[in-house]
Amino acid sequence: MDEQLDEFEVDITRCMHCGACVGSCPVNAIFLNEVVLVFNDDCTMCKRCIKVCPVGAIKIMGDK
Amino acid sequence: MADYDLVIVGAGPAGTMTAKWAAKNGAHVLMIEKRQEIGSPVRCGEGISRSWLDSVGIKLDSKSVARQVKGAKIVAPNGTPFYLSEKMAGDEVGIVIDRIFFDKLLAKDAVKAGADLQLKTSAVKLLKKGDKVTGVKVKSFGETRDISSGCVVGADGYESQVGRWAGINTNLAPRDITSCFQYRLTNISHDPDYCEFILGSKAPGGYIWIFPKDEDTANVGIGMQLTKLKDPADVKKHLDKFIQGDPRLKKGKALEMVSGAVSICAPIDKTIGDGVLLVGDAARQIDPITGGGISNSCKAGKVAGEVLAKASRERNFSEDSLRRYEKGWRDLLENHLYRNWMAKEKLVTLSDDTFNKVIATLNEVGVEKMSTIAILKAIEKRHPDLVKEFQDLLG
Repeated sequence: MDEQLDEFEVDITRCMHCGACVGSCPVNAIFLNEVVLVFNDDCTMCKRCIKVCPVGAIKIMGDK
Repeated sequence: MADYDLVIVGAGPAGTMTAKWAAKNGAHVLMIEKRQEIGSPVRCGEGISRSWLDSVGIKLDSKSVARQVKGAKIVAPNGTPFYLSEKMAGDEVGIVIDRIFFDKLLAKDAVKAGADLQLKTSAVKLLKKGDKVTGVKVKSFGETRDISSGCVVGADGYESQVGRWAGINTNLAPRDITSCFQYRLTNISHDPDYCEFILGSKAPGGYIWIFPKDEDTANVGIGMQLTKLKDPADVKKHLDKFIQGDPRLKKGKALEMVSGAVSICAPIDKTIGDGVLLVGDAARQIDPITGGGISNSCKAGKVAGEVLAKASRERNFSEDSLRRYEKGWRDLLENHLYRNWMAKEKLVTLSDDTFNKVIATLNEVGVEKMSTIAILKAIEKRHPDLVKEFQDLLG
């Protein structure tokens, strides 16, 4: 199974578990199982998920 | 012998319709749904029209209908409205439904037709023999198991995994993605008899909608094109700003929040493979102008169900056999989807000033039908310059 990526931080107080990031990811590196978002190492860090998230729940670890 | 003729991943409108029409025609069908309740959480503006329901065999019950409206109110950036009667307003206007009941109604129809249904069951992987899909690995209540099937149907929505696992290209360009946020607002004084669409820079590359649920409650939402988004949470910020600036909505309180994304792309090249088929949002069958997907999902679902029932009888789920679905749904929807995608590509470039002129013109000359072509022809009479860029659509 794919490695889990820990560069991303999902703010669970914002995340609506809507899947906007999952369907927008060009390399299918995000998986949403009901309410848990998991990123894998296919990720190319294009950051489209950060942009598409309607509520701003995703950020890169360490970014403000 | 496979466990089922069909395993349908996702029990929204596309999946339940496919299940119903397949089971009704003799196929052995299982629907799996990862959520714990059909129709929840809602991810939808809930506006539909009545016009297509008969053609796919849906008989609405009273619980599914929240509100009947007289038509659509299209609002220019300067506030000028243009009214369209229900008859003219297309596939997304006429009734505001309650998805929580509507989806259950569709699921009940599918079960009545003979389909199996399992909740809280997630597809985690496709089973394959070479390139042929032979079933699906699922997880449910702590157990992982393999379900074999003649065909796996991906009705798994915007975030579809089935298509990607099967190697079908469903990837979207950023300009073909709309990011959405919606409140169900109560304590507001909207017009409860019209579905309202607000155009222009308040929702760059998209629109704001107000779909009445009852006298003092409505779904108030926004969709924005991904390429127009700048800061994180831009979508929610634009909607919050709009609500604060609208005296009718300002005092509203949210009963529910909904977020999501919608594809607004041209029809994709392929929606089938050996032992696999995509339907609804998963097949990117959404109307690129309205972002509405229920009617297209149901229409394509019926085609899929009928084709899959035949394929089940013939015991042939090869790509060749499923090509009847590919042709069937394209005959019904493809031209319209393509035309509206072309129109969307132009609409997202229009300035507020141009939108104002368009609405003013429509009020002056009127329009017989809410179709892209009819509107362009109406505008052409007054402002041939405005439609010059759309000539390829008119020709």
